[in-house]
Amino acid sequence: MSDKVLMKGNEALAEAAIMAGCRHYLGYPITPQTEVAAYMSKRLPKIGGTFLQAESEIAAINMVIGVSAAGKRVMTSSSSPGIALKSEGLSYLAGCDLPALVVNVQRGGPGLGGIQPSQSDYFQATRSAGHGDFRMIVLAPSSVQEMADLTIKGFELADKYRMTAMILSDGILGQMMEPVQLNFGDIKQHDKPWAVTGTGCQREKNVISSLYLKPEQLEDKNRERYLRYAAIEENETMVEEYQMDDADVCVVAYGAAARISKNAIDLAREKGIKAGLIRPITLWPFPKQILRSAAERVSAFVVTELSMGQMIEDVELAIRCMRPVLLCNRTGGMVMTPEEVLEKIEKAYSIGGTV
Amino acid sequence: MSQILIAGFGGQGVLFTGRFIASDGLMRGKEVSWLPSYGPEMRGGTANCSVIISDTSIGSPIVNNPDILIAMNLPSLDKFENAVVAGGSIFIDSSLVERKAVRDDVKSFYIPSTALAHENGLEGLANMIMLGKIIRESGIIPYETISKTMEEIVPESRIRLRALNQKAIDIGYNYRG
Repeated sequence: MSDKVLMKGNEALAEAAIMAGCRHYLGYPITPQTEVAAYMSKRLPKIGGTFLQAESEIAAINMVIGVSAAGKRVMTSSSSPGIALKSEGLSYLAGCDLPALVVNVQRGGPGLGGIQPSQSDYFQATRSAGHGDFRMIVLAPSSVQEMADLTIKGFELADKYRMTAMILSDGILGQMMEPVQLNFGDIKQHDKPWAVTGTGCQREKNVISSLYLKPEQLEDKNRERYLRYAAIEENETMVEEYQMDDADVCVVAYGAAARISKNAIDLAREKGIKAGLIRPITLWPFPKQILRSAAERVSAFVVTELSMGQMIEDVELAIRCMRPVLLCNRTGGMVMTPEEVLEKIEKAYSIGGTV
Repeated sequence: MSQILIAGFGGQGVLFTGRFIASDGLMRGKEVSWLPSYGPEMRGGTANCSVIISDTSIGSPIVNNPDILIAMNLPSLDKFENAVVAGGSIFIDSSLVERKAVRDDVKSFYIPSTALAHENGLEGLANMIMLGKIIRESGIIPYETISKTMEEIVPESRIRLRALNQKAIDIGYNYRG
């Protein structure tokens, strides 16, 4: 008997958030992430927290700004179209240098799209979450355990760098159950001397704003923020490598697509093709260096994703187009089979061959 | 590795059956995954779930080609019969599905589980009767671990349901037909 419990990804994420010290959840229901809100609504009132179903996603993200400004760990969650509604707030969080954890359990788009799993918000998460020069740390879990682990990590990183961390999940990971161990050891908490908590007439007042009317000042602010981003790229990039030691073909995939790719890699190896996987766990910072050095060792790449091909652009950029990169994709809520990935691995191998 | 697909109408306990199998696997130290359909079909139509029990870590949690298919209604049999691997098993609720399986390279079992549930005053537990038969024929769950798993997933507050579920499993387990 292990100390693992069987939980849905959405629920494991919510429980991890509570264990990370998050006592404030503001959200609005949408499939396939509703279990996050449901779990929080059950648990938070019992432990002195605040669960609030806002009148809209936009209201929820603006409440997140308020809670964060007060120095508390705070989270909101939604699914694709709901995240789009939050984009203004995400930009304001960045402009105010406020930490927050934002969860996107992706579904098919664009527009209202569908409710089946998807990874078509990669651009939105890594490029254009809102207006202005800014980044979010984007964490991509691939198991229920990682839904929990990366939630803890996300809160820690958000506080450490004073910015938004996003969990970019999908309908499969949110809905599936797997054994999970909810034991995280010491969870880092950060002092927040910048928080607006009242001066008690003891100190200068703190001001949190994203308004800088003097362009010199705004430029300085943005440059300062990008120095922080550079440190994150240097220190916080995470990947998992699977069967990469002797690989001729490198599959690049994250989240649920990475799991399907693992099956395909096993099938390829049974057929004598040495395939391996590099799974970005951080989508921003993107593991550029790791892929660049893999390009020296493998003959071809396959990018597996549940979109029309978004992360593939980052892979091509990272490897400077040194090797052929094939796309294996399904979209709109459809999910590829391991056999479809295998077919692309075989094609990549026929083009690239043995190293 | 066992790949199991359980399919039926919403309300037939398809997801619970899957959870039971997955929980039992976890208790026996196996790697397990459980993935429900959550689409529009959940609202009034068909429901299904993928369960994988494995000795090694699980990649894709989606069961495309089950070793074991449990078809609790006709649309489920129509949709998934051809996906079952050769040599696999199909368990059919024969009180709701009038046709036989067409495949001759799989083992098919016919259990009138909805009728048996009705006859025994176990309305709503056709799924557990089915599970009893699956336990007998497939060996995916050792009979001995059932009561422990039941304690694990049926909470103390619903203790009455444990006995009813156990009774349903036993009816299926002992069903000859």
